[in-house]
Amino acid sequence: MTTDLLDPSPTGTLALDLRGLRKSFGTVRAVDGLDLAVRPGEVVAFLGPNGAGKTTTIDMLLGLADPDEGTVNVLGLEPGAAIAAGRVSAVMQSGGLLKDLTVRETVELTASFFAGSRPASEVLQRAGIADIADRRVGKCSGGQQQRLRFALALLPDPDLIVLDEPTTGMDVEGRRDFWNALRADAARGRTILFATHYLEEADAYADRIVMVSHGRIVADGSAAQVKSLTSGRVVSASFDEPIDEAALRALPGVLDVEVRRERLIVRTTDSDAVARHLLTATDATDLEIAARGLEDAFIALTTDRSDTATATTTTTTTEKSRA
Amino acid sequence: MSAVAVPITATRPRRGLNLTYLKVELRRLLRNRRTVIFTLVMPPVFFLLFGTVDSYKTDSVGHANVTAWIMISMALYGAILATTSGGASVSIERAQGWTRQLRLTPLSPVTYVATKVISAMVLGLGAVVVTAAVGIPAGADGDMARIAESLVLAWVGSSVFAAFGLFMGYLLPAENVMQILGPVLALLSFAGGLFMPLGDGVFATIAKFVPTYGLAQIVRAPVTDDGVSIWAFVNVIAWGAVFVAGAAWRFRRDTARV
Repeated sequence: MTTDLLDPSPTGTLALDLRGLRKSFGTVRAVDGLDLAVRPGEVVAFLGPNGAGKTTTIDMLLGLADPDEGTVNVLGLEPGAAIAAGRVSAVMQSGGLLKDLTVRETVELTASFFAGSRPASEVLQRAGIADIADRRVGKCSGGQQQRLRFALALLPDPDLIVLDEPTTGMDVEGRRDFWNALRADAARGRTILFATHYLEEADAYADRIVMVSHGRIVADGSAAQVKSLTSGRVVSASFDEPIDEAALRALPGVLDVEVRRERLIVRTTDSDAVARHLLTATDATDLEIAARGLEDAFIALTTDRSDTATATTTTTTTEKSRA
Repeated sequence: MSAVAVPITATRPRRGLNLTYLKVELRRLLRNRRTVIFTLVMPPVFFLLFGTVDSYKTDSVGHANVTAWIMISMALYGAILATTSGGASVSIERAQGWTRQLRLTPLSPVTYVATKVISAMVLGLGAVVVTAAVGIPAGADGDMARIAESLVLAWVGSSVFAAFGLFMGYLLPAENVMQILGPVLALLSFAGGLFMPLGDGVFATIAKFVPTYGLAQIVRAPVTDDGVSIWAFVNVIAWGAVFVAGAAWRFRRDTARV
């Protein structure tokens, strides 16, 4: 571990430290008591449906909006200071580009705003848009514009890049190109936080998934941990005679047993054992086995908060090192 | 973690004027065909259309001929177009998220505003110079020192319309706002007595309430003997206040999410 004397942040400083953030717009509570700590080098997906408070949180951590309550600390600095020092940069959802400039002009202009910027040709290369450098921004596709925003974010060589739903409105190919460019960059050890409502993106590109709903974090864990919340299957069956729920719970792999209107619902990682038990030891009929996807968990976690308290226990990321 | 061996460059915010930005802004103005036509082509063309009647070259308005009077008015018209489009581009860039993007860089807001003001004033100067370069050989004549004074006043005074542009930029659809503002300003200039002398009829009465009227009176004062009426100042101050208040009102409304 090398400590650079020029680096003002002591070793161990969090890349991002949000505490008790609250922000309301009129009567709408956009962010309602949000805490988040991101360690250097993590790639974090900020996952939630529209209106969950993702963009508001990002606005606050970039200093574009002030929280009503709580504190924001970016690399040990205030957001404004972190931006002025070029240590954090952002890729916003839309806008923010002058359509009458070319791609290269936009990059060169933005580079002139920073004192210690990477060369324009380098960031164009890394964002994968060197071949369209002379194209007018207005003539670029949504995906190309987004890679341009990413190139701009690379200019100050920041420690942290924040992306707000970076692939909204992109076609499949544009999305893939964008993530390839981002992934190549993440491999260099940069901290990345991206908001998305695409589950597959969070799963494929993040080391850690933070699920938000109604302005709060409802689940937080490694992609594998969050996936484990959703792994397993749901076995359901109808029954006439009451079924011994305790016996079911005692079976290996059973996570949860529930009865809803004459229908037994068992969440389990071992559906075979449950099915065998139901068909042999009970008079259950009309048995169904269904896979639980990330989608299900996502809906369960983000739609109804009273449910989530029992459905999941919030997990925390384990220490991990990115060499 | 130790693999992060990127050299740490001291990134400090840049203060003062950013010449790259100024150059880019001027290039953008010249690249916009509409802006060039409205500010650099139309004023001299209108001058040639309205100002070169033979009798205008011999009739005097005090210290210059009527042709010079119209040349000064056209220069003001061009400069007003330049500052209006400059102001409008600020509100358009806000609406398009460019100023939000700038907030994610160390560029100071003061530098941004200064760059926009300087580029608009350079374009305005271009309009005044082009109009004079066409007008003087084409017969604008009189006390050249006074004519020059009027031209400088036209250039500087046009800045009042930056607030008009800012306000209109918020009210009108973003793309090609000048497509609307160009004709609107032509109409305002016509009604305000910029294109031809108004005489004493009903148009002269209406003109007193048109936003361009007061400024035109003040700008042309050096070459006329009439002096400047109190109404010219009332007109400029009142309309200036309306534009500033309007722009501030819209500005505040969209600040919530900027």
